[in-house]
Amino acid sequence: MFPVAGNFALLLAVVFGAAFGWLLHRGRVTDYDTIINQFRLRDFTVLKVMVTAIVVGGIGVFVLVQLGGAQLHVRDANMLGTIAGAAIFGVGMVLYGYCPGTGLAAVGTGSVHALVGVLGMLIGAIAYALSFDWVRDNVLSVWKLGPMTLSDVTGLPPVAILFALAVAAVGAFGALEWSDLERA
Amino acid sequence: MTDIDLEVSALLVERRVIDWKPYLAGAGIGVLSWVVFAVVAAPIGITTAMSQVAGGIASLFMGGDAVAQNAYWKVHSFKLDYGTLFLVGTFLGALASALASRTFHVEIVPGVWQERFGVSPTRRMIAALAGGALVMYGARMAGGCTSGNGISQGLQLAVVGWTFLAVMFPVGVLTAWMLFGLRAPR
Repeated sequence: MFPVAGNFALLLAVVFGAAFGWLLHRGRVTDYDTIINQFRLRDFTVLKVMVTAIVVGGIGVFVLVQLGGAQLHVRDANMLGTIAGAAIFGVGMVLYGYCPGTGLAAVGTGSVHALVGVLGMLIGAIAYALSFDWVRDNVLSVWKLGPMTLSDVTGLPPVAILFALAVAAVGAFGALEWSDLERA
Repeated sequence: MTDIDLEVSALLVERRVIDWKPYLAGAGIGVLSWVVFAVVAAPIGITTAMSQVAGGIASLFMGGDAVAQNAYWKVHSFKLDYGTLFLVGTFLGALASALASRTFHVEIVPGVWQERFGVSPTRRMIAALAGGALVMYGARMAGGCTSGNGISQGLQLAVVGWTFLAVMFPVGVLTAWMLFGLRAPR
C-alpha cells in the first residue's frame, strides 16, 4: 500500500504542504521579526520549532524504520559544499529574514518583501544551475563522506543519540523558559 | 505568608507562563515528518522543487533547449510533481492559517528592519531580493535548506543536516550582529 504514488500522491502533496504551511504560521516562524530576533538571540521561537521538530520527528521516524513502515533518506555529506553553502545561506537568511520554506509561507500571510525574496530565490536557483558544472567539479567533489550519520561518526546507536538530544533539548529550553533571556 | 509575599509569588508565577505554541508547531512538523516518510517516502523539502520551477521559468527566456542541456536541470527538470505541488500547498496552508486567525496583513517593511534601516521600501526589497538569491544558492550547494537539510536530514541524524545547522546558525548570528548590532534599541 505504501508508499503512495501516482495522482493520489500529487493530491497528498498539496495536503501535506498545506499542513506544513499552516504549522509554520501557527509557530510564528512566517514572521520576519521573529526570525531576525532569533539571530539576534532575543527570541528563541525558531530554535524551539526546529529542535522540537527534529526530536519528535527523529524518534517517530526511527520507530517507523524499526517496524518496517518507512525507509531512511540520508543524503550524501559533501563537506566543502555543505559548509560553504551553509555559510552563504546564513548570510542570505539574515538579509532576507526568511528561509525558503518560511519565505514561501510568509507570502501567503501577506508579506510583500517575502514575495520579492521568492523572486530572488528563483534568480539564485538559475545562477546555481548555470554554475553547476564548476561547483560540481571544484566544490562538491571535495571532502565527500557519502550518506554518513552521527551514528557512523560516534559509534552510538541512533536511539542513544536521539535520547541524548531529547534530554539536552528539554534541559536547554527548560532553562531558557526559566531565565529572563527572552524578556530582556 | 504575608500579603506582600503572596503578591511577589503571584508576580513570579505570572512571569513564568510558557508559550507552548512554538513547541506545539515543532511537534506538529515532527509528526508530519512521520506521515510523509511512511506514506509518500518523500521528506519535507523546498529548494529542490524550487530549482525545478526556476528551470521552467528560465526556459521562457533562455529557450527550452539550453535548459534541457544544462547538467543540473537535466536531473531536476520542471514538472508538476510531488515536490512542486508541495510548494503550492505550503503557500495555501499559510494563507489559510493567516485568514482563519485573522492575522493576514500586507507587510512591506517589517518592524525590526524599519527600526534599523528606516521606512524605505526600496532598501528592504533590495535586501530581500539579494538575500533570497543567496539563500537559494547556498541551499543548493549545501544539499538543502532549513527544512530539507536542517529538519529532514537532521532528524535522521545525517552529518549533512547537522553540519548545515552548525555552520548556518553561527554565521547568521554574526551577520545579524553586523547588520543590526547586538544591543540596538528595541
